Amino acid sequence: MTVTKGNEPGTELADQNLVTLTVDDVEVSVPEGTLVIRAAELIGVEIPRFCDHPLLAPVGACRQCLVDVPDAGNGRGFPKPQASCTLPVSPGMVVKTQVTSPVADKAQHGIMEFLLVNHPLDCPMCDKGGECPLQNQAMSHGQGETRFTEKKRTYPKPLAISSQILLDRERCILCARCTRFSEQIAGDPFIAMAERGALQQVAIYENEPFSSYFSGNTIQICPVGALTSSSYRFRSRPFDLVSTPAVAEHDACGAAIRVDHRRGKVVRRLSGDDPEVNEEWISDKDRFAFTYARQADRLTRPLVRDPETGALEPASWPAAFLAAARGLAAAAATSGVGVVTGGRLTTEDAYAYAKLARTVLGTNDIDFRARPQSAEEAEFLAHAVAGSGLGVTYRDLEEATKVVLVGLEPEDEAATIFLRLRKAWRTNGTQVVAVASHATRALEKVGGQLVRTIPGDEAKALGEAGLAPGTIVLLGERLARVEGAFTTALAAASRSGARLAWVPRRAGDRGAVEAGCLPNLLPGGRPVADAEARADLAAAWGVASLPGEPGRSTDDILAAALAGEIGALLVAGVEVDDLADPQAALDAVDAAGFVVSLEVRASAVTERADVVLPVAAVAEKAGSFVNWEGRRRPFEAVIPVPHALPDTRVLAGIAEAAGHDLGFRTPEAAAAELAEVGVWDGARAPKPEVVPGRAPRTDPSEVVLDTWRRLIDDGRGQDGDRHYQATARPSVALLSSATARAFGVREGEEIVLRTDRGAVAVPAGIADIADGVVWTPANSNGLSLLGILGAAYGAVVTVERSVPADEADALSGPPHPHVPTEEDEQ
Amino acid sequence: MSAAPLTPVLSRGWDHERSWTLDAYGDYAALRSALRQDPDEVIATVKDSGLRGRGGAGFPTGMKWGFIPQDPTQPGGDKPHYLVVNADESEPGTCKDIPLMMANPHVLVEGVAITCHAIRAKKAFIYVRGEVLHVIRRLQAAVEEAYAAGFLGADVFGSGIDVDVVVHAGAGAYICGEETALLDSLEGRRGQPRLRPPFPAVAGLYAAPTVINNVESIASVPCIVERGADWFASMGTEKSKGMTIYSLSGHVKQPGQYEAPLGITLRELLDMSGGMRDGSELKFWTPGGSSTPLLTAEHLDVPLDYEGVAGAGSMLGTKALQLFDQTTSVVRCVLRWTEFYKHESCGKCTPCREGTWWLVQTLERLEAGKGQEGDIELLLDQCDNILGRAFCALGDGATSPITSAIEHFRDEFEAGMHTPAWDLFPYEGSTAWAKPATDAAKGATA
Repeated sequence: MTVTKGNEPGTELADQNLVTLTVDDVEVSVPEGTLVIRAAELIGVEIPRFCDHPLLAPVGACRQCLVDVPDAGNGRGFPKPQASCTLPVSPGMVVKTQVTSPVADKAQHGIMEFLLVNHPLDCPMCDKGGECPLQNQAMSHGQGETRFTEKKRTYPKPLAISSQILLDRERCILCARCTRFSEQIAGDPFIAMAERGALQQVAIYENEPFSSYFSGNTIQICPVGALTSSSYRFRSRPFDLVSTPAVAEHDACGAAIRVDHRRGKVVRRLSGDDPEVNEEWISDKDRFAFTYARQADRLTRPLVRDPETGALEPASWPAAFLAAARGLAAAAATSGVGVVTGGRLTTEDAYAYAKLARTVLGTNDIDFRARPQSAEEAEFLAHAVAGSGLGVTYRDLEEATKVVLVGLEPEDEAATIFLRLRKAWRTNGTQVVAVASHATRALEKVGGQLVRTIPGDEAKALGEAGLAPGTIVLLGERLARVEGAFTTALAAASRSGARLAWVPRRAGDRGAVEAGCLPNLLPGGRPVADAEARADLAAAWGVASLPGEPGRSTDDILAAALAGEIGALLVAGVEVDDLADPQAALDAVDAAGFVVSLEVRASAVTERADVVLPVAAVAEKAGSFVNWEGRRRPFEAVIPVPHALPDTRVLAGIAEAAGHDLGFRTPEAAAAELAEVGVWDGARAPKPEVVPGRAPRTDPSEVVLDTWRRLIDDGRGQDGDRHYQATARPSVALLSSATARAFGVREGEEIVLRTDRGAVAVPAGIADIADGVVWTPANSNGLSLLGILGAAYGAVVTVERSVPADEADALSGPPHPHVPTEEDEQ
Repeated sequence: MSAAPLTPVLSRGWDHERSWTLDAYGDYAALRSALRQDPDEVIATVKDSGLRGRGGAGFPTGMKWGFIPQDPTQPGGDKPHYLVVNADESEPGTCKDIPLMMANPHVLVEGVAITCHAIRAKKAFIYVRGEVLHVIRRLQAAVEEAYAAGFLGADVFGSGIDVDVVVHAGAGAYICGEETALLDSLEGRRGQPRLRPPFPAVAGLYAAPTVINNVESIASVPCIVERGADWFASMGTEKSKGMTIYSLSGHVKQPGQYEAPLGITLRELLDMSGGMRDGSELKFWTPGGSSTPLLTAEHLDVPLDYEGVAGAGSMLGTKALQLFDQTTSVVRCVLRWTEFYKHESCGKCTPCREGTWWLVQTLERLEAGKGQEGDIELLLDQCDNILGRAFCALGDGATSPITSAIEHFRDEFEAGMHTPAWDLFPYEGSTAWAKPATDAAKGATA
């Protein structure tokens, strides 16, 4: 990205203080403060550079971008060539680049020759070869023959600075982009320059790996092949790759990515370049977690349960469509069908489910929230989120005076937001406040302050966050577990003039809201309860009427299935361990008379389903996500896989087999129809009115559970890359020193968290956390708190100090850490 | 100018019994009188005296002090001010600050206190080269004595002015003599030069306005305050006022520190130091350490002030006069210096880091008599690609000995194409224990 400050869209150039200078005899006007290297870009002159990066502070270290400045704007020139990456423009300045100045050209050639002195000529085997700024610029601004014939500096190679990031010190040209990125952008200064002279090198602290959720960005901005990833090293040549722009599917940030594939297989992912969203950075999860779709449990053929053997047998698509259609139609005609879609769908696929539910299955029993949920949340989404378009944006965050985080840990749950908050704090002095039980490292890295609270008391604590006009409040998914939180936030925002934004955790969440995958919402933000809205949509869909009775939420659908009140379930990508009560969910799936599961990989649901329909993974289909801002993020299919059908196509097949026409068969057509159906311009659904609750009371043996999913954890979307998984942070159960004392627990000692469902053993960590609270990750190191304890955010768990010997074996403990071996590479 | 006598001011009491103690030094009378003056008056006095930085660059000291923002509305004006004394003397051949701090630490401490008053700083740091532990200890003892006597600390001499002095030991990196690298090092970071602007006068130590001065500059302040700007300006030349310490080393009979008015010539200094060692004649010399282009016997009468040496194509630098006689191989000498720069390059910028790495290997070839055709042009081109392209002055300094040596002694580099330097100039001939030069050795210079 080469956006100069002041080049923001919508900002008229004339509004800014422009400075006029001459670059290579061409007069150009640029905003005050622009660096010469960027001013030259505006007239089409690319000055070679290495250390310069538009998103990092200027450093002037590599000296590659030297230009001649015969007049600094004051009538006097610089006697020496100047680094154009550190030199701001001034009025009347005259700059001569390599294009018009032999001095600048010679200086650049000289630097290039020096850079190659200690750079190995291993381009033919280097991962960067073919896309290497050093290689490219040595061709364009270097000499063909070297005059250096002596000894180069050599090192053992490569050096693992984390399980994922490998450092080849011989290739490093010491531009310090990686170390500056880690310090400035990520706030994880765990790599730094050490030694001096030509022996200067990027280093980690002894035995302390480069532990950053954003470490992969250093590979991408490395202008040589000094940093490579364990997962991509020696896998491909850039010119053998097919690159496709795409959107990251692991969170609701909508980060632009580039997916590179070779011979039908994704081999790596890079950050895209979108100044409005993720700039040029992505998290390691967005970068490395892409092998999940090619695991051994990938579903490749439709399966239909044989009524005689009771086993799932492969079937043809038409047969599977027919079987699904019959079962669903039969249930729809009698007791009804429940649709549970999960948060991983594209907007188009979500729309297909929403339409199928209303027009074919005749029900509003549809909910995307495959996680703990509340009616208040659904009302909040209908009132404040659905159909509201682009609301609070990343740029708004950057320019806000204050950002309040409630029920949201940005680094773990919305990494792009975290980076933008850090930028906002560093460049704009934005004050970040977290309403939480403890200050996380992420909060420290955004210079934030804590309003301490116990899970459940957020509504009360919000009053202490000091909302005012110019404040933005970000509400996380966990607030569905906090009674009255949404009600209070809405009231506080309208009182104070602060703006609200809902930041869900999954890529498909916001799109599902827009598409109408909620029991109280139809597509385009139309409230189910609003007869006009229903009539409007019915007319658009060409149907006589739509079911007017509000549907059931996910929990209620499952409860109804368990009670026999719902005859069939249509389940999209849902992991039962994500649900509020996994065991009850499994029982419900077992109890339901007929279950259709659309899945990418085998799961507990597909095992129990009557019809299993394999669907395309994100990289195999076109579609779009709507990110938390409300920004539509469309993408094309990366790899066309003929047998992998998008959910939309499968649902159209079911509808047709049931004698209905869904109106579309492809995501493109679904998107067109959704756009045509449009956004509801009538009255919005009423806002929720829920009396704020309180944190649960606890016995002396109990604590309140604070938990969320870490960025890198056991989520199935992250399966398959052991180098990546090895960078996950170790599990810990954080307690305050007072709480730890009360339980007689010492730092590092294993404690047992128990509910009536089960128990987990986690090493205790003493932290500055609210008394009477334990924080531990929701799904890390083999411990799924929902799966094992049935405990979500704000639940009450008992704490025990040590593991009774007779029970030790029965406890679910962390598995042995995996040590990568050569075999893993294959 | 008449034959310049020595003018011992800073070095006046060096031969006194326990010269480094407060008893031998005095009672900080200059500080006492400075504290009675307005800070701006002190700055004006130093400006009027014409004192220029003694660390090498020769920037007017009083002007530097005047850059410190005193108006709280100016950038940096609302922050505390700091004085940092650059005592990281590491330039090859330079040996003036270390003996000064060893023999007369109190003149520096008193200068620090006066300067703090002038620039309105409450805290000063003396950044001493890490290897010279004996000097650090002596300086620490002097600071302790000054505190005990009430010359430092809170409310000095009842003036209501507080001055705190910290003696900080560096870790032995040449680059930390570069003022912004010194600041980074003092702040606890790796010593690497900073991007300017902002300049230290606005955002220096801890991003606060900072004056960084050489030891000798600050040590010259008490005598200016005590004896007046006119007295100081009466010494030296038109644009280079006052006295300074010249350090002579190498093939000279009496090496050491000679304090004399600026503008004295090497011929005069050689007269005072007993001339070159027996049987030897001056071949080449550096006027101010190895970073200044070397000069030859034809420059014996160049006035050793800022303008005079610049006029001869070199720089006054640190006034480290290294003298080499006819037994010395220029190629070998230049290689040793270049090895130093390679070792001390901080690694931040490409030309210095990679250029010195390459220069050493090219020079090694020439020293061994294995030079190739075009090597001299290569050396000159490498230097051309470093000079003025590096991040700080260290890169420029690394090229000076090479380009000037080739200018004056090109034939010796050409000899490197076929004959090892040790054959032309047997290395034992230039040692301190070598017998007076033989005719054979003399003849070899041809």
